[in-house]
Amino acid sequence: MPQQQAILETRGIHKQFPGVNALTDVDFRLFPGEVHALMGENGAGKSTLIKVLTGVYQADAGTVLLGGTPVRFTGPLQAQQAGVSTVYQEVNLCPNLSVAENICIGREHRTAGLIRWGSDRQRARDLLERFQLDLDVTAPLGSCSLAVQQLVAIVRAVAVSTKVLILDEPTSSLDADEVEQLFGVIRQLRAEGVAILFVSHFIDQIYAVSDRVTVLRNGTLVCEEPIDRLPHLELVKRMIGKELEVLEQLGDAAPRRAGTADSTEAPVIAADQVGRRGSVAPFDLAIRRGEVVGLAGLLGSGRTEVARLLFGADRADAGRFTLSGKATTLRTPRAAIAGGIAFCSENRKTEGLIEDLTIRDNIILALQAARGWTRPLPARQREELVERYITALRISPPNPDMLVRNLSGGNQQRVLLARWLITQPRLLILDEPTRGIDIGAKAEIQRLVVSLSEEGMAVLFISAELEEVLRLSHRVAVLRDRKLVEERINDDDLTADAILRTIASGAHQ
Amino acid sequence: MTTTTVSQAPLAKALAGRQRYIPAIGTLSLLIAMILVGSVRYEGFFSGQIILNLFIDNAFLLVVAVGMTFVILTGGIDLSVGAVVALSAMLCAWLVEKHGWPPLVVIPLVLLIGLLSGLGMGAIIHYFDIQPFIVTLAGMFLARGLCYTISLNSISISDPVFTDLAQMQIGLPGGLFVSSSAIFAVLIVAIAFVVLHYTRLGRNVYAVGGNKQSAMLMGLPVARTTMSVYAISGFCSAFGGVLFTLYMLSGYSLHAVGLELDAIAAVVIGGTLLTGGSGFVLGTVLGVLVLGVIQTIITFQGTLSSWWTRIVVGLLLLVFIALQRVIGARQR
Amino acid sequence: MITWTRHRLFWPVMLLVLLLLSNLFFTPDFFSIQMKQGHLYGSLIDILHFGAPLILVSLGMTLVIATGGIDLSVGAVVSISGALACWTISQQSDQGSLGVVVMAVALSLGVTALLGAWNGLLVAGAGIQPIIATLILMVAGRGVAQLITDGQIITVNSSPYKVIGGGYLATLPFSILLVAIVVAATALLTRRTALGLLLESVGGNAEASRLVGIRSRGLIAMTYIVAGLCAGVAGLMISSNVSSADGNNAGLWIELDAILAVVIGGTSLLGGRFSLTGTVIGALIIQTLSTTIYTIGVPPETTLVVKAIVVMIVCLAQSPSFRAKVFRRPGFAPPAARPGEPGPDAAPAGPADPTETKAEVPA
Repeated sequence: MPQQQAILETRGIHKQFPGVNALTDVDFRLFPGEVHALMGENGAGKSTLIKVLTGVYQADAGTVLLGGTPVRFTGPLQAQQAGVSTVYQEVNLCPNLSVAENICIGREHRTAGLIRWGSDRQRARDLLERFQLDLDVTAPLGSCSLAVQQLVAIVRAVAVSTKVLILDEPTSSLDADEVEQLFGVIRQLRAEGVAILFVSHFIDQIYAVSDRVTVLRNGTLVCEEPIDRLPHLELVKRMIGKELEVLEQLGDAAPRRAGTADSTEAPVIAADQVGRRGSVAPFDLAIRRGEVVGLAGLLGSGRTEVARLLFGADRADAGRFTLSGKATTLRTPRAAIAGGIAFCSENRKTEGLIEDLTIRDNIILALQAARGWTRPLPARQREELVERYITALRISPPNPDMLVRNLSGGNQQRVLLARWLITQPRLLILDEPTRGIDIGAKAEIQRLVVSLSEEGMAVLFISAELEEVLRLSHRVAVLRDRKLVEERINDDDLTADAILRTIASGAHQ
Repeated sequence: MTTTTVSQAPLAKALAGRQRYIPAIGTLSLLIAMILVGSVRYEGFFSGQIILNLFIDNAFLLVVAVGMTFVILTGGIDLSVGAVVALSAMLCAWLVEKHGWPPLVVIPLVLLIGLLSGLGMGAIIHYFDIQPFIVTLAGMFLARGLCYTISLNSISISDPVFTDLAQMQIGLPGGLFVSSSAIFAVLIVAIAFVVLHYTRLGRNVYAVGGNKQSAMLMGLPVARTTMSVYAISGFCSAFGGVLFTLYMLSGYSLHAVGLELDAIAAVVIGGTLLTGGSGFVLGTVLGVLVLGVIQTIITFQGTLSSWWTRIVVGLLLLVFIALQRVIGARQR
Repeated sequence: MITWTRHRLFWPVMLLVLLLLSNLFFTPDFFSIQMKQGHLYGSLIDILHFGAPLILVSLGMTLVIATGGIDLSVGAVVSISGALACWTISQQSDQGSLGVVVMAVALSLGVTALLGAWNGLLVAGAGIQPIIATLILMVAGRGVAQLITDGQIITVNSSPYKVIGGGYLATLPFSILLVAIVVAATALLTRRTALGLLLESVGGNAEASRLVGIRSRGLIAMTYIVAGLCAGVAGLMISSNVSSADGNNAGLWIELDAILAVVIGGTSLLGGRFSLTGTVIGALIIQTLSTTIYTIGVPPETTLVVKAIVVMIVCLAQSPSFRAKVFRRPGFAPPAARPGEPGPDAAPAGPADPTETKAEVPA
């Protein structure tokens, strides 16, 4: 295949955002008639690369070549017209329009400016038939299942002569049968010579449908390999990054923290076959006083979903919760907070902070919400608390009147932590607390987690970095493809290698 | 976002797909019911001429509501229509009567002004991302204010072109007649229908209202569509203003106060979703007729005062908004 | 000096001061206040007096807007409040009795609170968009007011009632004192309790507020009740000042002026941080504008044109995309479209990039 001319290629692509190198010197090749998987963790640069390929972003340096000639798309429409179509995870079609219209809109058959509906419907029917899809093309798209909508989006994308089809996480919300149906379409397109770039977090799916895989990490291209020459474990290692030896060294260097929790006491929270359809399969998980439980797994493996269920941010549709021995339903975050649970979301800006408010307001918000609006924190107590936590967490600048919007990522994370710490929770859920913050702040937050657990707080620690998880946790639970596949005590037997193996291929039998 | 119903019985599926017709069918039933009740209760209510009078008396509202339909279909709103109607009427009266301009110059000029003002508001809404509500509110202040600066008093029109057009009656078989305004209004409805259902612009209007982000990613001209709907609404308001001039034969700053509310009400009662993406221009016609029939019934009743119109319209709004909410919730 | 100009109220205050000073050109004794028969008279007093209803309505509107909502029905509520009070008084044989007036006022305020609760129910309970939900009462409300007055202008002859909008207390018009009380009460309600913080939180980021355990429904409903009550008091004031109730014209367009006052005062229509002081200043700016135009002899109706211009300037100044496009930093300029390629509509930004300026702007 490498003798062939690449249909879509990038040479030396650089892309920088303020403060971040999103892509560094990326040489990427996509050949006709292949399904090419693009893999990488959060922040690896997958979506930036896709946006550069489709002209949403312009590269700072380097060239994009289509069929060997340099191109410079100014947007998705130009890319589409040149034969590069994209289908996104969220179906980007109009649910209020009919299936036929969604396929044809923007390129309807017309006579004297008037749309010929009959001809368009026939065209839509023919296209759907090509992929063995039997649909009522006059039905509004919104009345179809998500899987069908995804297929319609693909049909729309290939309705024009498409040479390259980019599928950005098309399978995230589909069930197994629907995925199979989608793969049928993908294989057919491959047979027709279309080059397909496929982004997914599901490793099994990658192996089921791809021919080659490119791995990105921190904005650089790690490898480009035929899929059959890259075993599962190797793939995961390359995504997560650290070479195995380095990881093990770090793991050994850190004190093993297994077995400190008192197992006679009822756990702070126990989830018994708790799950939610389309989000995460039913799982068991218990966290005790003074214990740090790490959640390991790839992006999209269900880490965040577990955290949200434990906090009542999403409602579980199966299973039971027990809080310190008492059975409860965690229907709302409010109920969870009343039960002593705190949750620092990975999306600091959209689900955590109120950016327009001051440091002071953000810090006292959770405590104040629990007290209700009629019982404001007395000014003295408020100032004292805010002062104490600004100092303790070294929030900088130490000015309570500063708007949170103007803080750096690390300081925003500290404000969020302070907000929950003043509520004195019994369980603290930290979802990627160290992502996107500088190395010093990171070490500080890790130290904080250790000292909090030593004081008796239970912590659920989620991170994409295995090193961190291994260093901090007493126990580690591993998630894979939306399932909790393994839970182990963090003793000498647990190595990064073992976790990577689990992430790559499921629980040890 | 969208339904996640995977498999449905064929009938349920067919029904689910046709939910968008429910409000319009509801409006039609309501209209028929009101006409029936009116016919039973009041002598002389049920006549062809009464139906035609609905069109004659509401011609300007119909035209304005058609423009509003385009805007609301994209998920926007245009509060300036009433003021633009008044400004158009004022300009017609002022230029023709006070400055002696020929009506055949004035009318196209007024239409052009309406079109351009809508275009300007659309451009601000799209490019500067300001809520349509506030931009058109400023447009409303501006147009109303300009009326006042032109003249504080009512200017009546005696120009023969206007009076002839106003008095023109087109006879229909059976001794019935319609006014020129009604003909113009029906014409506008027909054009709007064709534009909405058979042109790319029309379909883009629905696409933008359904999901603006998707429409962008599908490569549809969102900017052009957004500006077009406000331009269309501006044009329709100016056209409605000309018809209003024919109806009142005068220009006055306090003409058509609150017309924007009537137009919005007609569109909503006609089954168009205020959040955009679903609705029909023929539904809007039904909505205008419902408003007209309410007024007619209240006139026939004699003992009911005119303010009952507003209360009934408010109640109808409530019912239809609640209906939209229920349907919307089911689709979610 | 620099820190002054950065203060969020700097521009509104400057605007107000400039407007007031500009009056000196036309009326040199604009700032003089005289004492006549134990009452203070002067242009400044007039501005406060005539601006009182607008300040009240704007206060309620501020809280609603802080939650990210809007209340279009306040004008209609103003007319209902006045109509109900005047009708109640006119039904009594002894219109001048204090008991009658207290009853009428209590009835009016009770009903307006209910109307606010109705809006709150639709918005917070049924989840209908605020602009749509309050449109219902905006349309129907004036009809209800006319129903109460039977389409007439109800005139009352009641000296206790006249006090609310036209009376004097301790040398000042009673309406000014009343407004001062309501402003103080609202400020206490929002800043001495945690209400203000929680409202700003809900308006600033609804999802984050849910995740922090704020019960936003009740809070949002409450803001509509407060808005209803404020409009109710304003309605009493307007009808009391002229001793009559006009269901059709009382409070006409006051909702739009109130929204304008809130926006001028620096509270964003998108919700979040709010400033009651800013709103009061905003309302005073609008009233000063009307007074100024009146005193310099321009037809008062021209105010509308000026208002339109002010609305647009303030909104453009608040719009991030306007600032991005007009005061664009060179480093962030997207590359210009190449000739022959489709224009602005053809190059949309990706869905995940709200910060990204729309791909191309015609140069």
